[in-house]
Formats: sequence, C-alpha cells, structure tokens
Amino acid sequence: MGAQLRVYRQKISSAKTTKKITRAMELISASRIQKAKQRVAASGPYSRAVTRAVSAVATFSNVDHVLTTEPEKVERAAVVIFSSDRGLAGAFNSNVLREAGELAARLEGEGKEVVYYLVGRKAAGYFAFRKRDAEQIWTGGTDSPEFEIAKEIGDAVVSKFLQPASEGGVDEIHIVYNRLVSMLLQVPEVVRLLPLEIVEGVEAPDEKDVLPLYEFEPEVDKVLDALLPVYIESRIFNAMLQSAAAKHAATQKAMKSASDNADKLINDYTRLANNARQSEITQQISEIVGGADALSSAK
Amino acid sequence: MAVLAVSVVSADQELWSGEATQLIARTTEGEIGILPGHEPLLAILAKGEVRVSTADGQTVTAIADNGFLSVENNTVTVVASTAELV
Repeated sequence: MGAQLRVYRQKISSAKTTKKITRAMELISASRIQKAKQRVAASGPYSRAVTRAVSAVATFSNVDHVLTTEPEKVERAAVVIFSSDRGLAGAFNSNVLREAGELAARLEGEGKEVVYYLVGRKAAGYFAFRKRDAEQIWTGGTDSPEFEIAKEIGDAVVSKFLQPASEGGVDEIHIVYNRLVSMLLQVPEVVRLLPLEIVEGVEAPDEKDVLPLYEFEPEVDKVLDALLPVYIESRIFNAMLQSAAAKHAATQKAMKSASDNADKLINDYTRLANNARQSEITQQISEIVGGADALSSAK
Repeated sequence: MAVLAVSVVSADQELWSGEATQLIARTTEGEIGILPGHEPLLAILAKGEVRVSTADGQTVTAIADNGFLSVENNTVTVVASTAELV
C-alpha cells in the first residue's frame, strides 16, 4: 500500500472514531434536554408565585425596606455568573463570560467595584487562568441543579447584600446566565435581582384601580425579611435550571455540527483515498506494461 | 358562592391546584383560616399542615416548610421551598 493511501486511511478511521463520540454526545444531550426543560417548566409556578408576591409588596405598599428601595450610592455590585462544568457546547460559556465582562465594564465605568460569584467549572477556569479573584465559587452539578446549591448561593449573596458597604457588603446583585429561547437559540441574559428592577407577571396598576391594602402577618418588616432570601433563591434556582437546559441544547447543536463535519471529512478523504488507490494501480499497470515492452524489445 | 382558586407550590413543582371553599394554614402567629372574600394577605408559614377543603367536599392536606401564603382577590397561593402532599 502506498504511503499516501495509508495516510488517508488513517484520517478516515480517526474521523470515524470522533464521529462515534460526537454522535453519542449529541444523543445524550437530546435525551437530557427534555428532562431539563420539564424541570424549568416545573419550577415556573414557584418562581412566578414568589415574584408576584414580592412585586405585590413592592407595588402596593410604601414600606421602607432594602428590598424595595434604591440605595443612594452604590459602592459595590455582586455579579453571579452561571456557566457549565463541561465544554463542548459551542459558544455557550464564552457567550455568558463575554456578557459578564461587558456588564462588569459598565459597572466599573459607573464607579462601582465588582465582586464575582462563579457557578460552574468553566467560569472558575476562566477566572483562574486570568488570575482574577472571585468571592466564591461553586462547581459540579450544573447539569442537574439542586435546590440546595441555589439556597447556598442565595444565602451567600443575601448575607453580603445585608452587610453595610463599609464592611465589604454589596449594594446590587446581578446575575448572568444563558436562557433557552429555543433548541437553536440560547441567549445570555443579565438580570438585576436587587434592588428590584423588573416586575414580572404583574400588570402595572391603573391609576383608577383601588390598590388592595395588604395585611401582613406577623409584620411588614418580618414578612419582607423572610421573603427576600426566598425570592433570591427562587430566581437563582430558576437561572440554574435555565442554564442547564440551555447547556444541553448548546451541546446538542455543537455535537450535531461536529458529527456533520466528521461525515464531510470522511466523504472527502474517501474520495482522495480512492483517487490515490486508482493512481497507484494505474502506475503499477504502466510499470508492468513498460517493463514488458522493455523485455520484448530487448530480445 | 364564591370559591377560592388555590395553588400549592413547592420549589420544583406545582403540588396541587384547584377550587376550594376553605383553606387552613399555620402561620408563625398561629393557625389562620381563609374563606372566600378574604382581604389581601401575605403571611409567613410555620412548618406544619396546610388543609384545603376542595369545592367537591374533599380535604387535601400538605406539609409545608419554609414558605409563605398570599391571598389576593380570592386567589390563594401557598408557596414553600419544601412541601409535600399527605
């Protein structure tokens, strides 16, 4: 076998092996994304209910509480970045990290110090490589997020939020995560959790409407104190689930195009290998014919 | 007679939703009963039972922990980070 032909055969078999792996990963993601999407849908009612309650309080009462009031001066802002533990998901992680970078640049431009909280090995690696500091890092389990982890993250950021800025506390909390728009589209999203910015699911009350007067049990302050961590946890848990579903979708898409590329490579190299084999045969024939001619003319 | 639209929700799923005539829950201050037409309320729940008397005369009981109860315009939402039906 000719040297050229052997090189092509090697390339074909290597592309085939790669294709087997990428095809398997594509199928695994495809089966997991359904589960992940169901979990996002299942957590919907909870986060909707919590958000409704929080915004009801914010809209319908004029209580002074950290949850509802804008601080006069923001010294420090916390940014929570949700990445994944593994790569092979196209631009999934770089998108969310780039978005976080833009957010941080904007915040720093406004004279705020940025404190990072990272979720997922990829964000941790990105920060470690650039020797940037992160306040706290959570890795592992981004594929199927647990509520316990969301609670832990929530506790960490809320306790920072409640600390006064002079003792290293933060005045704002932002989250950056990938949202699953469709199987083909994942969009990095930046949401400011605190102070409350977006009021979802509640229509702005009309001027004419009489606002319901909420009764609180035990007291307004205590209810709000209890509601604050619950609200943050639910938003963080929702972001983690969204990010997990988006990761599976991104992996599936990336692995599909990898498999398609492998197919194309196999096709191309098979053509080249056939060409090489054919020219080898042609050469051998012409050598034999040439040799036979030489022998017969030598007689 | 008006009925309450009740939903009992935990962190990872909606446990029960439907129409009810009465709901009894335990807040940090003590047990509270909600009937149709109750004024808007936001209360913190203590760990304990939430009993819902459904419109067709049955009783649904759930154990809720670390949650709260909101009542608004005959819509009652019981939200708990951990909850299960009994």
